[in-house]
Amino acid sequence: MVTNAASLGRSGVHDFILLRASAVILTCYTIFLVGFIAASSPLTYDVWHGLFSALPMKVFTLLALVAILVHAWIGIWQVLTDYVKPVALRGVLQFVFVVAALSYLAAGIVIVWGV
Amino acid sequence: MNLKIAIYRYNPEVDAKPYMKDYTLEVADGTDMMVLDVLMQLKIQDPTLAFRRSCREGVCGSDGVNMNGKNGLACITPISTFKGKKLEIRPLPGMPVVRDLIVDLTQFYKQYEKIKPYLINDDKTPAREHLQSPEERAHLDGLYECIMCACCSTACPSFWWNPDKFIGPSGLLHAYRFLIDSRDTATEERLSELDDAYSVFRCHGIMNCVDVCPKGLNPTKAIGHIKSMLLKRAV
Repeated sequence: MVTNAASLGRSGVHDFILLRASAVILTCYTIFLVGFIAASSPLTYDVWHGLFSALPMKVFTLLALVAILVHAWIGIWQVLTDYVKPVALRGVLQFVFVVAALSYLAAGIVIVWGV
Repeated sequence: MNLKIAIYRYNPEVDAKPYMKDYTLEVADGTDMMVLDVLMQLKIQDPTLAFRRSCREGVCGSDGVNMNGKNGLACITPISTFKGKKLEIRPLPGMPVVRDLIVDLTQFYKQYEKIKPYLINDDKTPAREHLQSPEERAHLDGLYECIMCACCSTACPSFWWNPDKFIGPSGLLHAYRFLIDSRDTATEERLSELDDAYSVFRCHGIMNCVDVCPKGLNPTKAIGHIKSMLLKRAV
């Protein structure tokens, strides 16, 4: 058994579940957004503003941002542990990626709540 | 016809780095032969060429090599497969080369060792034997046939990058063979050993293993079953 502390999940199964659950949320969000854009013609500022003013859409957007964080954290950890063997370099890279993903989440919260 | 062949050559005691050496072999028109026969003919031309082989009929798994980019057993791969194209033979990818087409499979066997490839049964020893119903026995089909030629594991990028942590398709096929065996009582311990982020879950299902298996087995499917077992146990 190989342990790891840098991934998000507590085990391989946990990572597996988190990856798939976040993928489902991201797929639903993408389908919804693409569908909305396709169905709203013309897509004006008011329509777009109206969409993001609704509480369910704010929650859905935040959910999608958290899903990106989870998905990216585990995914990046998997890619880095495959391709970057020097531990110090991998640690730094993972730190940078996770901080970036967390920053997106923070920015998303501020933006969505500002609408 | 003149068959053109290029073979990966590397003798660490003599060569500074590996190189491809070109050979030509006269093959009678309208005839076919196995890649192993080609290698043996070339060995007569050039006795310094090194490769492994034993049963020469796809049973022992000794002569796994990479032929024109795809892993397989030289003894059961006819040259007609390559339709007259130049034949490029290299050692199994990702493993340290001992010499020419011979690779060091220590890492591969270590992973095999990890999955405890033997029946564990803590029940009272039966008077004669552990019986299985035909249905229970049928679960082992498609699993027990693995000859451990290493074609699958050395075709798997996850195994290339983490040969010390990821069990690899061959080892996991064997792991499932014991997990699903009705006579084995160590299912829980076996699953606990596999429950980490590398051993099983480094398989992303790209199915290179299925593509190259000379015995037509499906390690990806077995790995999927192990993932399901781990999942059922966890949620």
